[in-house]
Amino acid sequence: MNQNKRLTLETKDSFADRLKTLLFDNKVMIVFALLCYGAFVVSGSQIETVLSEVFTRIARNGFTVLALLIPVFAGMGLNFGIVIGAIAAQIAVFATVYWRFTGFGGMMLAVALATPMAILFGYLVGKLFNKMKGAEMIAGLILGYFADGLYQLLFLVLIGGVIPATDPRFIIDGGMGVKNAIDLTGSLKYTLDRVQIIDLALGLFIIIAVITAGKLILHLRKKRSFEHKDWIIFAVVAVIYGLTYLPAIEKHLFADRVNLIVALPLFLAFVALRNLYHLYRNRKTAMPGFSRTRSIFMIVLAGVVFGLTYVPRLEALIMSVNLPVLPFILIAGLCAFNNGLLNTRLGQNMRTVGQSQTVAAASGIDVDRTRVIAMVLSTVLACWGQLIYLQNIGTFSTYGAHLQIGQFAVAALLVGGASVSKATNKQALIGVTLFHLLFIIAPQAGRELFGDAMVGEYFRVFVSYGVIALSLAMHAWQRKIRKEDPEFPDEVPSKPATALAHKVKEAD
Amino acid sequence: MTGVRKFVNSVGLPRLIIGIFFIALIISGLALGLNPQFLFSDIIRRWLMYSILVLAMVPGVQSGIGLNFGISLGVVSGLVGVVIAMEVAFNGGWFLHLGAAAAWLSLLLALVIAIVIAALVGAAYGLLLNRVKGSEMTVSTYVGFSSIAMMNIVWVILNFKNGQLRWPIGRGLRNTASLQESFGGLLSDPRIYETARSITISPEVSDVGSIKVKQPAGLSFLAIDVADSGFILPLGLILVFALCCLVVWLFFRSKTGVALSAAGENELFTRANGINVDRMRILGTSISTVFGAVGIIIYAQTYGFLQLYNAPLMMGFTAVASILLGGATVTRARISNVIIGTLLFQGILTVALPVANQLVNVSALPEVMRMIISNGIILYALSKTKGGNQR
Repeated sequence: MNQNKRLTLETKDSFADRLKTLLFDNKVMIVFALLCYGAFVVSGSQIETVLSEVFTRIARNGFTVLALLIPVFAGMGLNFGIVIGAIAAQIAVFATVYWRFTGFGGMMLAVALATPMAILFGYLVGKLFNKMKGAEMIAGLILGYFADGLYQLLFLVLIGGVIPATDPRFIIDGGMGVKNAIDLTGSLKYTLDRVQIIDLALGLFIIIAVITAGKLILHLRKKRSFEHKDWIIFAVVAVIYGLTYLPAIEKHLFADRVNLIVALPLFLAFVALRNLYHLYRNRKTAMPGFSRTRSIFMIVLAGVVFGLTYVPRLEALIMSVNLPVLPFILIAGLCAFNNGLLNTRLGQNMRTVGQSQTVAAASGIDVDRTRVIAMVLSTVLACWGQLIYLQNIGTFSTYGAHLQIGQFAVAALLVGGASVSKATNKQALIGVTLFHLLFIIAPQAGRELFGDAMVGEYFRVFVSYGVIALSLAMHAWQRKIRKEDPEFPDEVPSKPATALAHKVKEAD
Repeated sequence: MTGVRKFVNSVGLPRLIIGIFFIALIISGLALGLNPQFLFSDIIRRWLMYSILVLAMVPGVQSGIGLNFGISLGVVSGLVGVVIAMEVAFNGGWFLHLGAAAAWLSLLLALVIAIVIAALVGAAYGLLLNRVKGSEMTVSTYVGFSSIAMMNIVWVILNFKNGQLRWPIGRGLRNTASLQESFGGLLSDPRIYETARSITISPEVSDVGSIKVKQPAGLSFLAIDVADSGFILPLGLILVFALCCLVVWLFFRSKTGVALSAAGENELFTRANGINVDRMRILGTSISTVFGAVGIIIYAQTYGFLQLYNAPLMMGFTAVASILLGGATVTRARISNVIIGTLLFQGILTVALPVANQLVNVSALPEVMRMIISNGIILYALSKTKGGNQR
């Protein structure tokens, strides 16, 4: 019976079967989308306000949700411990604001202060998780609360009590402890959101120039060969930067926001090109996981969506949304980083460790070290995510800003269809969109349905807990079934093995 | 040197540190001039207040589901019981005829409703836990959180009449409902045997609006103010806790209880002996949930207030930390662990507040300490067992 089922899974399925699998695999997302739609209809909210609020929140929280992916690759489950990264960010923000540093420079100082802290914390968390293999999630959750206790001790007692700090703007009147809320207006608020495109172009140019110079030095010292590719990248970036000096282009670049009507076609073009590239690369032999139909479908879809932007009603709607440039570039960068990581040696090691630690250890991978690296990366990314969040929200609630971060990020990721052992950028982005959509609509829907906004408030909290509970339970259930079923042995690292084989083939 | 190490190992490092800390806190508290009668009364009261909730961990751990963070399910069952009992009492005519027994009947009714609900919910929850073997703790934590969040919606929607429960205007139940006019303090507060308590009743039942009843002096042995010194011995609470311990103790000596323990200890061996392990786990979960329900009722009774909404959210963590502090592991727990652990954990928190107030003016300090100690203890225990979830 099982044999048959597996065979049919591996060979060509009928369209109905595949549709069924597609629906089943995305069931959480579909249910959630329907829920959002229902709540939206009930709430009677303005679609323009909802849409622009959703994009604000994606910019605010997207980075943090994406920070959850790396531990999932490494088989460490959903990292509830990202609270600790957020704590590092908050300590740095407090120090920066206390020392009266402002603007973009102040933000860079916060990054410079927070990152080493996050690396240290991530390292310690990773070490601790290595002592608790198999219980990382519960440990991460409790570690988050534990760290919150230490954080409160630091901010309530030690600052002002032991560490000398007297500035009455931040310290409670008695001279001990930090005030409940710190206003970031005029210091760090919008320091990332308000970065102009022209400055980004300069920044990109400088970074590429420095990297090229570094490669050149390595080449001169004969440590690494300098290829044509490197010159071409530099030349392209230089030309792009040169173009920004043309007055016709320059006048557009002083903006810090891009209208969705500009960003959406860019995104669609990216999707279409990416799928075209996939089609081109797989023209002869299909890589595992590649589907010609899907790629063609995506290209057609992108075209259709682009066509839809010319419908006046939709055009007006899309035009009403403005995106802050830098946060979205950072989110895109993190997506690229997550994907790129999987193509490196380290990323492959993480995958293998995630599939089976026994197999990984047998093939000479330092399992513990790989896991620690995954935690360090995740913690640092979460820390940066929290910096993006704080500068956008503009008020730093000293004792509350980090509390729900882990909770909400994990719930958002799961809503996108991710599970404890599998998560992608796409799921993270879809998840954060849907989750925050519900967050925006639920109080209004609660007021309309029950005459009480609190119902909606409580409902969204219930949903965020419930989604996590359900996903964890379903994952554990499936794992148990697989364990009891000899047809599906637990420790077969099928994916990384084939992926690795493919890489080897490519290298030849 | 080896003697010291042996001693430390036998007592357990966390117990030793916390125990020394506890004693040091008591000494410094007394040195700072705190009233010893009040201090020790408070310690005993808090100890017994939480002890049944902690006791609820024992059947869960023994049956093999690990630390039952999902005790929140029992807690909300208990809260539902109390809320229903109070509303029934408010609307019921029998209140007028019962006099002083009315408060006792409310308590009994709350317990009965809560136990029935908890047993059913616990059995369903046990079924779920059987399907997620190996990840019980993560799942149960979130099941617990979800149940609290779900009940928040229920509390805000419920349209009750009892003025103690509902907001004066609008709909929904209060965050904190006083039990002063119900069963609050029956087992632990000597004052209620001296002054009459007024009990309000629905105007639809009687136009009197409220009746005054005095608890019979014959029951005053339940809460003794020892030699009128201010040191209160809550004998009623002690008796209830002792009764619960006895029930658990007897249960684990019965045939079923032994089978249940065995199921938690070695699943394969137990199964080979023809015992239905899954059923034992369901039973253990159910009993654990029932004790959670009883525990929260006794807690509310002692505290004098019923806390709804998010107040019980972290109660599971407190209970788990207490029993771990008492020397239990993820797989084995005894009644003695409950008694020692709750004393140390609650004792420290009780003494910390007045001592901290004398030293620094930070009112949130005990709460911060609770977070650090409870979560630190749980982390320590998890790291000791190489992560609890693995077998």
